[in-house]
Amino acid sequence: MTNPIPDTSRRRLLFGGTAIAAGALLTACTSNEQTPTPTQTKGADTENPNTAAGKAVTIGFSAPAADHGWIAAITNNAKAQAGAYKDVTFKQVEAGKDAAAQRAALDTLIAEKPDVIVLLPHDGKELNAFGLKAMEAGIPVVNLDRAFPDALAYRLQIKGDNYGMGVAAGHYIGKTLKAKNVASPIIGEIAGMDELELTQERSAGFKAALATYGFTVANRRAARFTADSGQKEAQNLLQALPKMDALWNHDDDQGIGVLAAITAANRSEFFMVGGAGSKKAIEDIAADKTVLKATVTYSPSMASSAISLARLIAQGRGMSDLVELQVPKEVILASETITKENASTYLKLGF
Amino acid sequence: MSVSSEQKVDNGAVGHAPHPAPAAQKTSWWKDEAQESTRRNLGLVGVLLALFAIGAFIRPDLYSDADWVVNNIMVILTQAAAIGVITVGMTFVIIGGGIDLSVGALIALSGVWATTLATQSFGPVGMIFTAVAVGIGAGLVNGALVAYGKLVPFIATLAMLVAARGLAAQISGKQTQISTDTFINSLATTRPLGIPMLVIILLVVAGLGWVLLNRTTFGRRTVAIGGNPEAARLAGINVRGHTMLLYALSGLCCGIAAIMLTSLATSSQAAAAELYELDAIAAAIIGGTLLSGGRGTIVGSLFGVIVFSAITNLFAIANLPTEVQNMVKGAIIVVAVLLQQVRFSSITQFARRHGLTRAKPQT
Repeated sequence: MTNPIPDTSRRRLLFGGTAIAAGALLTACTSNEQTPTPTQTKGADTENPNTAAGKAVTIGFSAPAADHGWIAAITNNAKAQAGAYKDVTFKQVEAGKDAAAQRAALDTLIAEKPDVIVLLPHDGKELNAFGLKAMEAGIPVVNLDRAFPDALAYRLQIKGDNYGMGVAAGHYIGKTLKAKNVASPIIGEIAGMDELELTQERSAGFKAALATYGFTVANRRAARFTADSGQKEAQNLLQALPKMDALWNHDDDQGIGVLAAITAANRSEFFMVGGAGSKKAIEDIAADKTVLKATVTYSPSMASSAISLARLIAQGRGMSDLVELQVPKEVILASETITKENASTYLKLGF
Repeated sequence: MSVSSEQKVDNGAVGHAPHPAPAAQKTSWWKDEAQESTRRNLGLVGVLLALFAIGAFIRPDLYSDADWVVNNIMVILTQAAAIGVITVGMTFVIIGGGIDLSVGALIALSGVWATTLATQSFGPVGMIFTAVAVGIGAGLVNGALVAYGKLVPFIATLAMLVAARGLAAQISGKQTQISTDTFINSLATTRPLGIPMLVIILLVVAGLGWVLLNRTTFGRRTVAIGGNPEAARLAGINVRGHTMLLYALSGLCCGIAAIMLTSLATSSQAAAAELYELDAIAAAIIGGTLLSGGRGTIVGSLFGVIVFSAITNLFAIANLPTEVQNMVKGAIIVVAVLLQQVRFSSITQFARRHGLTRAKPQT
């Protein structure tokens, strides 16, 4: 159109050849094979009578497909735990990208009449109505982590303790600083996504626990649960606080970036506490070469427990250590503090 | 508001104003159309100085320490580096009459692709090559969809945004991929001559971008296509081929930025560089790039990025919450676009027309 004389074919050949070669090379580069993702499951080899095969049950499962390590671990754990039982058929439905998509996917799941549904909703309030509907249809719902406000919407609610996580971090920092006899310490906080209720709960717990020691947070920044946002907020926080005594970072995934910023700034006068309990963080704590000295857990192992309990509900069995013949209605996991001393026992729970 | 006497006489005689003064006419730089971008950049420098003054007022203890101040400027520039690089590419695309919404997603995709275990086994050269090649490749797809597929740029790059994040999540298995390459990781920590390496990379990319835009036929063609694609086509410019190259250029910038971000965070993940596209577009706009194309400067865009980075930094130092920061950012974008519509020169005309200056009354 613009050039009546055809382009020299050599140039095109060269370009085309390079493009194809680059493409071939690149596709080879997507491989990410390492040891299979470790999952946190409870084996069937214990002497627990509940592990004995019972009535065959179908467990429906749905969790958001978020691109975050924690959610990925939730789904992997649920799948692996279901695979550990011979009497469980695991039926996973994609949750799509928002509450509406998840609701639509779950409606098709109800039609298939599973014995029990394990559900991590995009948003507990938005999917509350689905919980009610499933329960009315006679399918028990196990509500995982993000809570339904309505008690009629679930048979079992199993979740982590965000407030308790903040409390655990606050107590660890408070105790350590008291032991060091620091009079008025400067404490920094790097939160996760600030618009989420869980972030607010974590910060509230942290504040309350610190208050019992007479300490306050000097500067609080909110990142986005990603390493690059963590790096950015940490870099600014370090500028704002040229001298710091302690730092709590809500999430170990964003903590990778936070640690990178601390290393780049050559700062080591303070200690840092993480959150969630990722494998990398636990390894760092055990190695004790960075400022990261502890992390408070919010473990995705709750998905494995949810599957186990869902199976018991569907089979009409109770938890063997309890007197009751049925599974309780609410289980709230305690947030545990991982330090150098106990890191080795927690390493298998890291994700 | 100094108005030269020749101007008053001239405008009084002509009657209406928006034409630039004839060549023989001496105009003050304040009203010269060609100086519009200089005035805007000076305005942004003024904003930066104001931010500095506010910081010094809030935290005099920190700002009185010269070492701290120098280091803080370096921190602001480091944080502007990755976004600055994609803003250079974005400025080209916008001047050429398009828009690229996929830049954040392309950084995530390039970064994830470059930090897979397989790529990392090829060392830093392999990682950089992969990031850049993935960026360019995705940019070419964007360009082909816009130029030859006749998709609206907004839709084509929006589709790429969604798809690239999806592919990144697929490749990474939704995990954060840690970079163990010491060369890549050291990019963020080395400071040759006291200037962070990432800032040097930004300056080199911006310098090359400036030359490409202002001193080459490629740059002139970009402006021509953005100004009037039909006229450009009739003048013999291969509009479609050129448009495709613009998106590839933006993709190349994403690949470079992906390496920079990977080095900063010593890792990469599918959710990285969240909403960078909006930051880059906003920076280009407050830097004076016209969203409809045909006008814009690299220097202005860079100042735009630095202003945003300085605001984030100031809010951290003042310990103000993120939500306030986002509201201020939004307000700045609105004010910048309003200023773009008003133009500085027309303010003096407006003032004159309404007798706010001592101009000769018009009949």
